Amino acid sequence: MQSLGLDVLFKGKNFVRLLGGLWVAVRISLISVAISIVLGLVMGVLMTGKSRVLKAVFRVYLEIVRIMPQIVLLFVVYFGTTRVFGWDLSSEASAIIVFSFWGTAEMGDLVRGALISIPRIQYESAEALGLTTGQVYRYVILPQTVRRLIPLSINLITRMIKTTSLVMMIGMVEVLKVAQQIIEANRKTSPNAAFGLFAVVMLLYFAICWPISRLAGYLEKRWA
Amino acid sequence: MKKAIFRRVITAAIIFAFAFSFSSFAYADEGDFRTLDEIKASGVINIGVFSDKSPFGYVDENGDYQGYDVYFANRIGEDLGVEVNFVSTEAASRIEYLQTGKVDIILANFTVTEERAEEVDFALPYMNVALGVVSPEDAVIESLDDIGEDDQVIVISGTTAETYLVENYPDIKLQKYDAYAEAKTALENGNGVAWANDNTEVIAFAIENPGFVVGIPSLGSADTIAPAVTKGNTTLLDWLNDEIGALGEEEFFHADYEATLLDVYGADYEDTLVVEGGVTAAEAPAGE
Repeated sequence: MQSLGLDVLFKGKNFVRLLGGLWVAVRISLISVAISIVLGLVMGVLMTGKSRVLKAVFRVYLEIVRIMPQIVLLFVVYFGTTRVFGWDLSSEASAIIVFSFWGTAEMGDLVRGALISIPRIQYESAEALGLTTGQVYRYVILPQTVRRLIPLSINLITRMIKTTSLVMMIGMVEVLKVAQQIIEANRKTSPNAAFGLFAVVMLLYFAICWPISRLAGYLEKRWA
Repeated sequence: MKKAIFRRVITAAIIFAFAFSFSSFAYADEGDFRTLDEIKASGVINIGVFSDKSPFGYVDENGDYQGYDVYFANRIGEDLGVEVNFVSTEAASRIEYLQTGKVDIILANFTVTEERAEEVDFALPYMNVALGVVSPEDAVIESLDDIGEDDQVIVISGTTAETYLVENYPDIKLQKYDAYAEAKTALENGNGVAWANDNTEVIAFAIENPGFVVGIPSLGSADTIAPAVTKGNTTLLDWLNDEIGALGEEEFFHADYEATLLDVYGADYEDTLVVEGGVTAAEAPAGE
């Protein structure tokens, strides 16, 4: 215990601070994921539509998200909007905008992929049975799409939770930053605290991401 | 096939256009800032500090900001009659914070350089930084001329110490390491006769490791640490300069040193590191 420097974890309010930092990371991811799922579903359906203009616009959007590192997007939104438009966005609002911007693009592409993976024959058979377009989606296509989407979107959610560590660059103090603060503040008295604390941070991330993965597995089985 | 390539070229062109419009916008206008009166009226001053660079700016186990920079920041708030809102900054984003007016002052161990002075306005300095050389106490290196032809000096790659020695003492053989821990082991094992690094680093090392002494506490270009404000924020800059001058009379930064840095750097280096009243040793009148 001593050698890992875990004793610093229980000094003062350190552990509560660490959990507070974890909540910041989880809060940003949850809000962003909720926004991304709603907008991503809309975007995915539109991407499979016939409009060439819409497809081109989404293509450009998706490419921008893919080639721009998230850290650059964070700087553009947090500092860039102040320089260009004079908006004074808080760091949390900037983080949510960036993570939703990223999540919507990825989610839209996942939805698009899941939709086109449903064989043409399914649409045609459903229509042959006399279902309207709305009914075709509601009873035939979407249930199958959602099932295919779950593993992919869980992957996105857990990736998003882990990427929240970048928000420290725009002044937000999340779990990893708190860990660094605790390690530095105790550098002299517990030089080995880094190993123990990073292990604890890993366990905290695991404690959040693992139940999400389990839930996905459960849903996948139930709906299969 | 051709069509697909054409489409990709168009996509790439549009993305580039976006990226360029962002970058050209980004430097279009000067940053916004709050004047001294606006800060006083709001009752809060935003000060950017490090939250994980002990002992200059860090957060203690109760979640409170502490350190040499923070001690000064608290005094600024007290003398302005406003509350201090500490903003946790990273080394890479300090200038951005000032240029966008998201903080009023940066007090994050900010070394004054010519390049930075073009982007932000520095107030008077409150600390010295230079290079230092630590060596074993039975073979102390007190001058770089003491180093023999076959002796090797340990440096960490990419540090200012490496650059300085390569430029000014090309004959000295260097032993380069990537990490602090490796350089430390090398010195302890006697692989090199001395270790050159930032003087704060070598002083702290000598205090933590008996048997080693800092033979050269101050080497190379003497840089200073100073508060910085947004370029053009003269009201705040003038107030800060007056404040630093006035604090010199009560030896404020010595008190700051004794409260925050004494444990790490010891009493011997107080006058080497502290700048009082904004007057560095080079400018001080002769005889003092």
